[in-house]
Amino acid sequence: MTTFASEFKKMAGRYTADLTHRAFIKKALSGYYQKRDDSKASFQSWQGARDLAAETKYEAVNHLDRYLVEFAEKIEARGAKIFWAPSAREARDYILGVARENGVRSIIKSKTMTSEEIHLNDALEKEGYGVFESDLGEYIVQLRKEPPYHLVFPAMHLTRGQISDLFQKELGSAPTDSPEELTMIARRVMRRKYCEADMGISGANFAVAETGMISITENEGNARLTTSLPRIHVAILGIEKVLPRLEDLALFLPMLATAGAGQQMTCYNTMYGGPRQPGEIDGPEQMHVVLLDNRRTELLADAEQRDTLGCIRCGACLNVCPIFKNVGGYSYGTTYQGPIGSVITPHLRGLQDWKHLSAASSLCGACTEACPVKIDLHHHLLQNRRNAAAAKPVMIEKISFLGFAWLMSHPSIYHLAAKLGRVFQPLHPIVNGTFLDPLIAWTRSRAFPNLAPTSFHEQWKKSRK
Amino acid sequence: MSDGKTIILNRIREALRENPAPRPHASHTSSDQEETPRDHTPREWLPKVGERLDEQIDLFARQSEGLKTEFHRCGTMEDARAILSVLVAEGAWKKIATHTTPDTSALLEKNRAEILKTDTGYQIDDLESCDAGITGCECLVAQTGAILVSAPSAGGRALSVLPPHHIIIARTSQMVPDLTAALELAKERYGNKFPSFLSFITGPSRTGDIERILVLGAHGPKRLTVLLLED
Ligand code: SF4
Repeated sequence: MTTFASEFKKMAGRYTADLTHRAFIKKALSGYYQKRDDSKASFQSWQGARDLAAETKYEAVNHLDRYLVEFAEKIEARGAKIFWAPSAREARDYILGVARENGVRSIIKSKTMTSEEIHLNDALEKEGYGVFESDLGEYIVQLRKEPPYHLVFPAMHLTRGQISDLFQKELGSAPTDSPEELTMIARRVMRRKYCEADMGISGANFAVAETGMISITENEGNARLTTSLPRIHVAILGIEKVLPRLEDLALFLPMLATAGAGQQMTCYNTMYGGPRQPGEIDGPEQMHVVLLDNRRTELLADAEQRDTLGCIRCGACLNVCPIFKNVGGYSYGTTYQGPIGSVITPHLRGLQDWKHLSAASSLCGACTEACPVKIDLHHHLLQNRRNAAAAKPVMIEKISFLGFAWLMSHPSIYHLAAKLGRVFQPLHPIVNGTFLDPLIAWTRSRAFPNLAPTSFHEQWKKSRK
Repeated sequence: MSDGKTIILNRIREALRENPAPRPHASHTSSDQEETPRDHTPREWLPKVGERLDEQIDLFARQSEGLKTEFHRCGTMEDARAILSVLVAEGAWKKIATHTTPDTSALLEKNRAEILKTDTGYQIDDLESCDAGITGCECLVAQTGAILVSAPSAGGRALSVLPPHHIIIARTSQMVPDLTAALELAKERYGNKFPSFLSFITGPSRTGDIERILVLGAHGPKRLTVLLLED
């Protein structure tokens, strides 16, 4: 087993046994389900919207070169600088270079999973830059020196008590159990940071080819401040974010809001087309757009799973996933958690190291059904398993399945095995849960069901007599 | 060594050349083989909006209520001024930021608070210390209760987000039915000379990052007021 797989098993075991954590996550998500369903119901047809969204992404992803070039040319014509980053390292180096050349001292960031993916904060801090996450949830996990727990709700695993303790310790604030007061504490701290920062780093949810704009969706207003006040704006986005037409936003903005947080529309949906233009009174003097590949083109080359590049990172598949709800966001050990993370991480970071995530699935298909752009997530998990087994067969699995196939195609042996099972099951309690237990993998955390006294096959035979 | 652009575009072209991906199949048009989702527009699937102006204004009002936007229909500029003076008195506002348009100027007539205009720029700390920001907008979107603002129509990027209370003054002729219409309007108005900043504002700033409990005024305005005047 790879170290990643054993780490996953260890963490997943720990989180699954933590009933308080599970109950807390369940409660946090219960409001989401209600709001999401209400918002879906306001659509004339949510399914029709999903079809159109999937088709639009299909068109964009399958003509990615054309739309990317169009986007880049349009936004460059308005004074933005595009940097094409084949790898994470090149993206980091470029951003460090911009900071260095411009004598930047303080950096404010709005939520961007892409920067988590390339570990940008570490790189900037190592060079001595102060980097502040401005999204409330991101700020909280940054203070705790933790990665985001969930790609949309970064601090959803923490109670207000834990956050109050954290603020007391790190910011010297008075204890409180009011989410409102806690939010205001963060607001006051951040206000000063916005005013002082000379570089703002953001992500983007969409890049519009037709008009050369990036679009950022947020509720708090932190991204708007991050992109308004500092003199340099750096936006970092994956190459798959591009949409062909401006009108496509009319579809994607409400869909992202609905699937992501159960809102009909997120509070701020902002389109940025370049730095401050002639005649405008504010906005950054420089805008840099970093287009990141970082092995996305490998996903693109896999026609079977190419649709994963349509992902709008709404988090809906996490919120409905029985695995996510039990093992929590940290067990995955990936930037992108949940079903989408399990599907794409093997492509982005190596199939053999990350194939175990594709096995951590009940194949219930809840993710596929939740996905607003109709990514065939649970089948992709199966394909990853198939590809992993084909590339590097595991002997014990091969032998077990050969044995299983043989057993299932020999009825008389099968019946004998069932009978033997019934005879020996009463003896099982003697070894139950010990290292002698042949079923230990199962019985460690579960009771083994009793075999029926007569099998269906026997009953059938009897009733036909 | 070739540059990043060439590397990435080559990788993309290579990936696409070899392998065509299966088209997504539509779930709603199974009976009709010829039809594809592209034959449809978002309008058919998104929440329905009435055609008449009064229906649209009603819908905007209902959406505002859910979003906690304070929406007022004002018969005359005098009504709008009365609402503003209540807000100024209640909040003991000392300084209000705005940009110059005929409507913002008319609204602020007879007002006693100090005025900061962003027309030719501003100091960040100065704007930050204002009690409210008053702006115009591009249009109001009935479908979602959103307001489309832009750099020229809202006095830049920060005026509508930095002060703790944002007041928008708009005219009924600025009501559009849905997001599609709002984006079309922006395209018609600006051609390819778009402002660098356009934003759909949908209610006051909010967060649910602590236990998924709604708190207003995360980083942007805690309150959002829309004053809608007849033309
Ligand atoms: S895979 Fe689908 S449901 Fe999951 S985050 Fe991406 S868009 Fe959302």
